[in-house]
Amino acid sequence: MSEHILEIRHLSKAFGTHAVLKDIDFTVDKGDMTTIIGASGSGKSTLLRCINLLETLTTGEILFHGKDIAGRGVNSSAYRAKVGMVFQSFNLFNNLTVLANCMIGQQKVLKIGHDEARKRALYYLNKVGMAPYINARPDQISGGQKQRVAIARALAMEPEVLLFDEPTSALDPEMVGEVLDVMKSLATKDNMTMLVVTHEMSFARDVSTHVVYMADGVIEEEGEPEKIFSNPESPRTKEFLKRILNN
Amino acid sequence: MFGKLLSDISGLWAKYGTTYLQGIGNTLILAVTATLIGCVIGFLCGILQTIPCGKNDSVIKRVFLRIIRIIIRAYVELFRGTPMILQAVFIFYGLPYFFNVNFSSIWTVSILVVSINTGAYMAESVRGGIMSIDPGQFEGAKAIGMNHWQTMLYIILPQTLRNIMPQIGNNYIINVKDTSVMFIIGFSDFFAAHKMVAGAVFKYFPSAFIEMGGYLCMTLLASFLLRKLEKKLAGKSNYELVTTDQLVMTAGTYNYPDHQDGSPFGEDKE
Repeated sequence: MSEHILEIRHLSKAFGTHAVLKDIDFTVDKGDMTTIIGASGSGKSTLLRCINLLETLTTGEILFHGKDIAGRGVNSSAYRAKVGMVFQSFNLFNNLTVLANCMIGQQKVLKIGHDEARKRALYYLNKVGMAPYINARPDQISGGQKQRVAIARALAMEPEVLLFDEPTSALDPEMVGEVLDVMKSLATKDNMTMLVVTHEMSFARDVSTHVVYMADGVIEEEGEPEKIFSNPESPRTKEFLKRILNN
Repeated sequence: MFGKLLSDISGLWAKYGTTYLQGIGNTLILAVTATLIGCVIGFLCGILQTIPCGKNDSVIKRVFLRIIRIIIRAYVELFRGTPMILQAVFIFYGLPYFFNVNFSSIWTVSILVVSINTGAYMAESVRGGIMSIDPGQFEGAKAIGMNHWQTMLYIILPQTLRNIMPQIGNNYIINVKDTSVMFIIGFSDFFAAHKMVAGAVFKYFPSAFIEMGGYLCMTLLASFLLRKLEKKLAGKSNYELVTTDQLVMTAGTYNYPDHQDGSPFGEDKE
């Protein structure tokens, strides 16, 4: 029924002899808002980095619209332009202003003209509430603002999927809300396809359409948020949720 | 005693002032040109040395990159590890020995020698500068689909340039002074002016006094200008908020792919 955008098949990743991901299988459909939860060190971030080819896979394949993009001789830049990524540490370009951060990818990768790129950048910056700050440099704005600009930068490429790698983990508590609000609006209003690694359980429960629980490099359990959060099957999921929701 | 020195200096300057000034001019032109070319060589080496290659790349690409790295390494070690005065002699007399080249101008050789010498130092400075950039900057650029050249050109090297500005300044000041060794192949720089003048009138110390002052002026001026440039590269310390009104004036309209109503700021009408 719905269109598979990403299919991860038998993905494994090892750093040396240390296996971080073991035989991961899952799919992302158009319009899905998937959250990946799990303890630190369970491989969530590595999985996301593999999907964006920032790490090379040890074995397995990643299909994007049915085509393997992790093999040899694939233009990974072209693929990455269609899959946006928001990092825990923002990774805004320090040498460029907020506006230029959101324009450079459009101009250099998508070959969009200056005026059009500027319009697009302003549109998305306005969407995340950062349009007044276009002349600021990344070191002049707060963490929450940086992350919102990073989201606008990813959106300006108009990707088919947006990956979020713990987007609120590096933020002061009072700034977490502003970033989650932006993400919530993307998921519900714009129906953006998103894959979010997060420790924000209420966000995972209330906003996502699909929840994946990872432990020790495997997908322990996945399903709809109501099921995972109120009626988990696996004892490990139960244990994890009990621990995290009680404090 | 100082009176004699003063009168000697003014006497020299009155007679040979233009010779000294021409020497200063030549020194500055050579130092600036060679430092600029040296920087370009350094940055090029920096880009080439950092081309990523993983096991997903073809064998040809990996071998090719390996060879490039070895060549750059050899170049750096050779030109950093030998005196520039000898390099000048080697190139000036060596190239015509093997190839049918005829250096029509001493400028060509001088710029060539000082440039590749500076380039060897700059290659290491740039490599250090690139290593000092947060890996997140590379990842951020990769994540929006930039390739290695784009990442380097638009994101990494501008930041590297800012970080290694003091090093470039160092190299420039060293070049202002060390171009004096080019007298060995007959380049008429500021120091060559001293040799000529002192040889003609046997006033070594007064002429050396002029030289000292001249070199110090050149390097002090360079330091001053480099500080200014560094400040400029650091950017403005404050920024101005732009009001929504101004944005609407300049933004025009943009249609989000799935939405037909186009105003970028008509967001809230659901």
